[in-house]
Amino acid sequence: MGRALLKRVLLLVGTMLLVSVLAFVAFSVIPGDPTSSVLGIEATDEQVAALRARLGLDLPVWQRYLRWLAAFVTGDFGQSYKFGLPVAELLASRAEVTLVLAGAAFVLIVAISLPLGLIAARYEGGIVDRIVTVLTQAVMSVPNFVMGIGLMYLFALVLHLFEPKYVPLSDGLGAHLRFMLLPALAVALPKSAMTVKMLRGSILGEMGQDYIRTAYSKGHSRSSALWRHVLRNAMIPVVTFLAMAVGDIMAGSIVVEQVFGIPGLGRMLISSIGTRDYPVVQAIVVMLASVVVVCNFLADLLYRVMDPRIDGR
Amino acid sequence: MMLSVRDLSVVFTDRGEPFTAVDRFSLQMDRGETVGVVGESGSGKSMTAHALMGLIRRSQVEVTGSAVFEGADLLTLPRRELRRYQGKELSIIFQEPMTSLDPTMRVGKQVEESLVIHEKLAPGERRARALDAMALAGLPDPAEVYRRYPHQLSGGMRQRAMIAAALVLRPRLLIADEPTTALDVTVQAQILETLKAINREQGTAILFISHDLGVVKALCDRVVVMRQGKIVEEGAADEVFHRPRQEYTKLLVASRPARKKLRGGGGDG
Repeated sequence: MGRALLKRVLLLVGTMLLVSVLAFVAFSVIPGDPTSSVLGIEATDEQVAALRARLGLDLPVWQRYLRWLAAFVTGDFGQSYKFGLPVAELLASRAEVTLVLAGAAFVLIVAISLPLGLIAARYEGGIVDRIVTVLTQAVMSVPNFVMGIGLMYLFALVLHLFEPKYVPLSDGLGAHLRFMLLPALAVALPKSAMTVKMLRGSILGEMGQDYIRTAYSKGHSRSSALWRHVLRNAMIPVVTFLAMAVGDIMAGSIVVEQVFGIPGLGRMLISSIGTRDYPVVQAIVVMLASVVVVCNFLADLLYRVMDPRIDGR
Repeated sequence: MMLSVRDLSVVFTDRGEPFTAVDRFSLQMDRGETVGVVGESGSGKSMTAHALMGLIRRSQVEVTGSAVFEGADLLTLPRRELRRYQGKELSIIFQEPMTSLDPTMRVGKQVEESLVIHEKLAPGERRARALDAMALAGLPDPAEVYRRYPHQLSGGMRQRAMIAAALVLRPRLLIADEPTTALDVTVQAQILETLKAINREQGTAILFISHDLGVVKALCDRVVVMRQGKIVEEGAADEVFHRPRQEYTKLLVASRPARKKLRGGGGDG
């Protein structure tokens, strides 16, 4: 277990490095220059050259990367070209917003899909199962921004249950979460549909296994066999699936932020790409990647706890 | 009479066509008796065992006839009441000990599961009874095996764990559905010895399902030979083995199937 853990941690760090290199290289090959957004298009060549030297943009890309990395590991994310503020300061509150949104979406996915998947599988072919199957099929194919617009239309314009005006955390956690519910739902619903489908299939697959026949032969009912044996085995692939879904959830959150006018990382990312504000883009990319990588790492640990056959490998 | 099966038939529908897997099977068994059911793959012997054990979904398969066990008809008993017999009065062990155990649960917990379902006991008491059953099933060092997972045991040990789980409540009848087919010949002989000892010492009746008449003869007093769902011959095990009346039975005596072919094979009819 210790060795396996160490291997995982190294892999985690390696992945992060790779992501940061890729982001850096990508911006060095696409056209565009941050100086024009800072100085305007009427700047003289001397002004541009001076600014490039000041920002270190005159150095070769690998030197710039090493400089950035050296600062990054000490916790210095650099300064935004455009705002002239430290990146950390600029992003802290926005990152919080996005993490709340993504976290809420994740909780919703689990809260929606576990009971539905269970019921659908337990009463396979029953009325609930058939409704769930049709619904998942329909919801799965809706992109989350369309889902966001749809939910907004329904709850704000038709039902008047939702005020489409952003409520920051400073107005109280309850009010903030109440606002976040709808955007989180927009992110969560399509993924929930997939999770329900996957869990239902996984449970039904396990229900046909020999060890469930053994459970019945000991006097288990269908429900008690489900709780005591099926669920744990059926959850193993679902945990992996949910961990992989974290990337999609982050991406979905960034898109849905635009629909609901939420001042999270998404807006910042898009505007920073436009102005070639490299330090900001780089920090956001690394932050998003780290959430995904860390969640996968946690899923891996959970997987080992759930499936004793993996242990020690 | 402990068990009296009369005209047990199992019919299921295969692509719209009815298929009779078991055709009017009848059998009487006394307490403590050992009876073998022999036949080739698809002869309906496993299906018979599963029907008696209540492991066939009645909604999908038509099961007719009667199987009166200690006064109650297992075939018509409501599910809820049937469950009171399953694992308590009658138990079953299967051909594949690997897949028949839950891979994510410790062996000891699986052995004591019937206790959890049927009796209210303190965890310490449960554990003690599980360890007893494991010793009875011939598992060396039960306390160690108790906290292992199935994949950490050999095939023979797994089957012994299955036997321990089946015997933990001292059932009157143990149905053994090809319990040694997936095992090496030496392990097979050891498991047979264990079953014999359990029958002798605990008085557990055993209904032993096998394709191998030789194995059945080693364990059972009586034998029933099945072919295509029907009983074609029955009698004392020695008698049937040494003086088979049917050509089919002669073939079963003569065939000593190569173990390699059978190992890892899936279920059979």
